[in-house]
Amino acid sequence: MLWDALTLQLGYNATLVAIGATLLGVSAGVTGTFLFLRKRALVSDAISHATLPGVCLAFMVLVALGGDGRNLLGLLAGSAISAWIGLLCMNWLTRHTRLAEDAAIGAVLSVFFGFGIVLLTVIQTMGVGRQAGLEGFLLGSTAGMLWADAMIIAIGGAATLLMVMIIRRPMILVAFDPEFAAARGLPVHRIDLAMMGLVMAVTVVGLKIVGLILIVALLIIPAVTARFWSERSDHVVILAGVAGGLAGYIGAAISASAPNLPTGPIIVLVSFAFFVVSLFFAPIRGVLAAVLRHLRFQRRVHIRQGLLALAQGQKIYEPLTLRLLRRAGLVRADGVATDIGKARAAKALRDEKRWEIVRADQAHEATAALYDGLRDIETVLTRDQIAEIDRRIGGPMGVPV
Amino acid sequence: MSGEEFVPLSLTPLLIGTFAAIACALPGNFLVLRKQALIGDAISHVVLPGIVVAFLITGTISTWPMMLGAAGAAVVAVVLIEAIRRLGQIEPGAAMGVVFTTMFAAGVLLLEQTDTSTVHLDVEHALYGNLESLIWLDATGWSSLLDTEALSGLPPELPRIALTLVGVSLFTWLFWRPLKISTFDEGFARTIGIRTGVLGMALVITAAIAAVAAFDAVGSIIVIAMFICPPAAARMLTNRLEAQIAWSVVFAIAAAVSGYVLAGYGPLWLGGADAVSASGMIATMSGLILALAAMFGPCRARIGAHMSV
Repeated sequence: MLWDALTLQLGYNATLVAIGATLLGVSAGVTGTFLFLRKRALVSDAISHATLPGVCLAFMVLVALGGDGRNLLGLLAGSAISAWIGLLCMNWLTRHTRLAEDAAIGAVLSVFFGFGIVLLTVIQTMGVGRQAGLEGFLLGSTAGMLWADAMIIAIGGAATLLMVMIIRRPMILVAFDPEFAAARGLPVHRIDLAMMGLVMAVTVVGLKIVGLILIVALLIIPAVTARFWSERSDHVVILAGVAGGLAGYIGAAISASAPNLPTGPIIVLVSFAFFVVSLFFAPIRGVLAAVLRHLRFQRRVHIRQGLLALAQGQKIYEPLTLRLLRRAGLVRADGVATDIGKARAAKALRDEKRWEIVRADQAHEATAALYDGLRDIETVLTRDQIAEIDRRIGGPMGVPV
Repeated sequence: MSGEEFVPLSLTPLLIGTFAAIACALPGNFLVLRKQALIGDAISHVVLPGIVVAFLITGTISTWPMMLGAAGAAVVAVVLIEAIRRLGQIEPGAAMGVVFTTMFAAGVLLLEQTDTSTVHLDVEHALYGNLESLIWLDATGWSSLLDTEALSGLPPELPRIALTLVGVSLFTWLFWRPLKISTFDEGFARTIGIRTGVLGMALVITAAIAAVAAFDAVGSIIVIAMFICPPAAARMLTNRLEAQIAWSVVFAIAAAVSGYVLAGYGPLWLGGADAVSASGMIATMSGLILALAAMFGPCRARIGAHMSV
């Protein structure tokens, strides 16, 4: 059943939903990345909550004009207008009052959403009926997705992606270093507003599929996920698009494969699964990689200290050090150094002496700063420099030259 | 309006709304100053899965398991946010966004998976609360306030939120000095021996308790609004913390009372027949108060910022 869903064999409607969710996932992932890099991930929360009064007002206007009230294009236009007003309020609060950005976000999202709920209850008492679709905007509802709805999502998503392509360079610059961008003469404030406008467009387009509360997840989670896999901003943007698209596709397929599996939450949970995998298994930035790095470091410290102890004829009591040395073939089971072990130990001790001279010598100041007790001296000095230092140490003690 | 009508129908919801507003606004002052205002937002979203899980375990919708579930979910969320922030080296806002959206999604999914059509448990209720229905049917008039038999019929939300308010006030009063110092100068607070980490955690837990208790009665949206709007508006009026807290309490009461009255009677004045959502209206009124304070408050600008533009 799930396989049928993944290969788009589950009928016209399921296919439509899957394609719509994928497109939405891609555009939300890509747009959300800029927001995340600008450290404004939660602005999307305010924007999405601010769509509710617009949806309700648009419904009322449509009904007052004698229309259906559930015309998706009309509702989306209403939600876009109220989201934009919410965005301007938030922007005004942060720029012209002493409120911090987080308080402005919270104030806008709670007040707009509260007002939206007031309007919802007004609609419920209007007695015109057919408002059933409106609650779907809270949590998303895809069951009744039509060809026209899918087209709106596809066109909206494509337009957003195109805009991102066009203004991606200034957006990246502003995200990483707004002061530098301002010094270069870029209109930082306007670029920020453009970025918010794109987020708003994605939010409005996504209302129908995942609902206004969960669209925030699609904007934030893929971006955070992608950040684990790359240090390059353009790669992060692309990876976030892929992660978002896959989550949309797989989520929609899972939700189509069984009853009582609402599309929006499933997409969010699939997206979160990607995030968890990345958190633990991403190379370099992942938790597993960090643990391995730590273990490797620990091993090097133990072996180094063990070798120095061997060279100075001290007994090693630390069991981990002994185990590591034995496994590397440097000592025998009874703790006596092997021939290789003796050679390596002598070298370690000699290196220590070399470092000591390097660190005492003003001429080597820059090199001396690299000393951390683990670095091989060959990696920082040339053969000639080492030979020069060795002349100062002198030959082996007690051996006639 | 006579007592016979007012006491049973409006007195208890009005009191519950007011108490909830003050209980949220008090810790909200510190959260806004510490730039942790969105903790209220995160908590109110994750309460949903907590309640659903509590319902699944106990099979009933009695209050205490639900409160415990909600509080447990809030703690889980705070721990998860911190873990993800540290393990993944992600900025706090994004970590918060990942956690609360995922937990909310899980809550909605659980709700859809279980048969909740027979019980009073749905997402809309969680969001907008049910302030209007908390009426005191046993009351006949003002005299009922002295009648023990009628008092036993009080909606249980009222004593609960009153108790929470007392607890929150006590916390603010007892830890006033350390809270104030650590909010404005954490480094200094640490040097004079205040355990800022523990205190910060205690503040978040207090906020979570206030949020859960208020959520039970009035829905999550009012919680977020009351955490942020009255303190933010009060901040525009004064530079002194004592005055800010006093103003925030005044604004919380004003928003709760005016919101409730407007929701109940506003539509009638406009010729409508039915009341609108009281919680939504209270949030709206708090927003209006904030807007007025932001436009006319004497201390609205950052010190050193340009007053023009």
